[in-house]
Amino acid sequence: MTTKSQALLNWVDERFPLTSSIKGHLTEYYAPKYFKFWYFFGSLALLVLVIQILTGIFLVMHYKPDASLNASGVPVAFASVEYIMRDVPGGWLIRYLHSTGASAFFVVVYLHMFRGLIYGSYRKPRELIWIFGTLIFLVLMAEAFMGYLLPWGQMSFWGAQVIVNLFSAIPIIGPDLSLVIRGDFVVSDATLNRFFAFHVIAVPLILIGLVAAHIIALHEVGSNNPDGVEIKKKKDANGIPLDGIPFHPYYTVKDIVGTVVFLFFFSAVVFFAPEGGGYFLEFNNFLPADPLVTPPHIAPVWYFTPFYSVLRAITYPLFGLDAKFWGVVGMGASVVIIAFLPWLDRSPVKSIRYKGPIFKSAIAIFVVCFFILGYLGVLPPTPGRTLLAQICSVLYFAFFLAMPWYSKLDKCKPEPERVNFK
Amino acid sequence: MKSRVINLIKRAFAVALFAPAMVMAAGAELHLDKAPVSTDPAALQHGAKLFVNYCLSCHSASFVRYNRMTEIGLSEQAIRDNLLFTADKTGDLMKIAMRRDEAKAWFGAPPPDLTLTARARSSEFGTGADWLYTYLRQFHRDPNRPTGWNNLVFPNVGMPHVLWELQGDQVAKAGEHGATLELAKPGKLSAQEYDKAIADLVSYMVWMAEPIADKRKTIGTFVLIFLAGLFVLTYALKKNYWKDIH
Repeated sequence: MTTKSQALLNWVDERFPLTSSIKGHLTEYYAPKYFKFWYFFGSLALLVLVIQILTGIFLVMHYKPDASLNASGVPVAFASVEYIMRDVPGGWLIRYLHSTGASAFFVVVYLHMFRGLIYGSYRKPRELIWIFGTLIFLVLMAEAFMGYLLPWGQMSFWGAQVIVNLFSAIPIIGPDLSLVIRGDFVVSDATLNRFFAFHVIAVPLILIGLVAAHIIALHEVGSNNPDGVEIKKKKDANGIPLDGIPFHPYYTVKDIVGTVVFLFFFSAVVFFAPEGGGYFLEFNNFLPADPLVTPPHIAPVWYFTPFYSVLRAITYPLFGLDAKFWGVVGMGASVVIIAFLPWLDRSPVKSIRYKGPIFKSAIAIFVVCFFILGYLGVLPPTPGRTLLAQICSVLYFAFFLAMPWYSKLDKCKPEPERVNFK
Repeated sequence: MKSRVINLIKRAFAVALFAPAMVMAAGAELHLDKAPVSTDPAALQHGAKLFVNYCLSCHSASFVRYNRMTEIGLSEQAIRDNLLFTADKTGDLMKIAMRRDEAKAWFGAPPPDLTLTARARSSEFGTGADWLYTYLRQFHRDPNRPTGWNNLVFPNVGMPHVLWELQGDQVAKAGEHGATLELAKPGKLSAQEYDKAIADLVSYMVWMAEPIADKRKTIGTFVLIFLAGLFVLTYALKKNYWKDIH
């Protein structure tokens, strides 16, 4: 570095912690040597967040949150999306990146959460990282739900109608609450405008704040690893963890490879199957919203379906309250319960590598149930499917609620002293 | 107790296994003919001509500009001379003159905009193109309907058979596996010629629903090749940085 640029850097450093931040978060942040495949999805989630924000900015330049009908009888909002697809140069690409990005976000976040689950990344001292993560997931669901209304297609409209109506099942405050959310007695222009405001300003701000908190908390305690042992316990003479390597350049160059592989699959969808077989862009959403025509089957987008299935599985009224209310409670609980994992897991070891057969079976059943619930959520209910959803919902909750007992009973293998390099 | 649990799990798996079959049984089943969709400019131009002549008087395609058809090989002059009936400029959107309230009074519902129909009609039974291809070939005479026409794919449809001159009159015969259609009075085209005309019209509607689709795939191919090349480079970079990590 030349003396002049060194002088400039010193000038900045005396006023802002630039060099120390770069060291603390990148060049002298020590991450365990042997991260496996599952560790790519954290940085990929950040990448998708950036894709969504950048494409979102350009979409907002051309999109119009207006439910009134134009001269051809098409809602202005719906027409503005087609305007982006046809008349805005490169607009089709920006729009497909954003719509595919929404699904990709949930793919990488689900895989990221699964990594935490199998390697025990939620255990002490990473409880707060996990809680921030659960909040990110919750906020992300709100962001996706509100964004889905904006194209103002049939599924946008009726999906929002169904979900907002759920809030009216809450006793006493419910009807007023759903009125406040919609800003009207039905989903209307008022709803579209407030969802637009939330989707482009309010919720992204919260999301970015939570992501910052998630990463700051992570860099405070350090990353977990596939062995679930603390690398900070064994340090060399300079105080550097023996099994740690600086995040930059080692993990930056590794994550670049992960990014390229991810972008390969992402681009394959964007350029060759942007509809995702009707799961990423639902076919019915190519019809403009029509409050007078209810679609025969209203299915939420795929990433909500496991939780939607839990909601539909609860069919019994209880304590004088509607089954619908308990469905909402069940759906909410199925997300919120994830935050309590750090205190539900009483196993002496963190990682699945050293956990016993009971945990391995439990997590296998849990994953199968999650997939079945997700699959059932896209289908219309029948008595047989409702029974299956009920069984899977019970098993879903049992994975969490029975964990304090089965994690203690399990026959675990002893953890190694240091990170195992295989 | 144990055997009951196992039975329950068995039942759960059986339900999961047969769930796709049940969805078919639950909704009204549609048998759609596979549409021979073409991207050949001659077919698309023929389809455009049919669309403008037969559909665009009642249905708009209000997201499409006339001059977009230069992408299927028509010149601005050809568009102006042959296709511009309700608009002044080739840069105009393909709108219609009919007012929505009048249309509603005449047909019961205003005829829908057709720009995106080829995408919106996709379902588990087939693509939107398959639906259109089957629908436009299954109109039949029905004296019980105000228009005198009905349709096997879209029962009690509001639209009369606009292409009847070309196809002729079909009548429905009740059969063992649902109704079948018979040609009672031939039209200007033979059955084969009519199918080809509908295939061209549907191909045009598929193009119109997403004019960028072809270009998107071409660009996509280059993007994937580029990323595959970038993977080799970035992987080599990673290997090089990591060679001293043991």
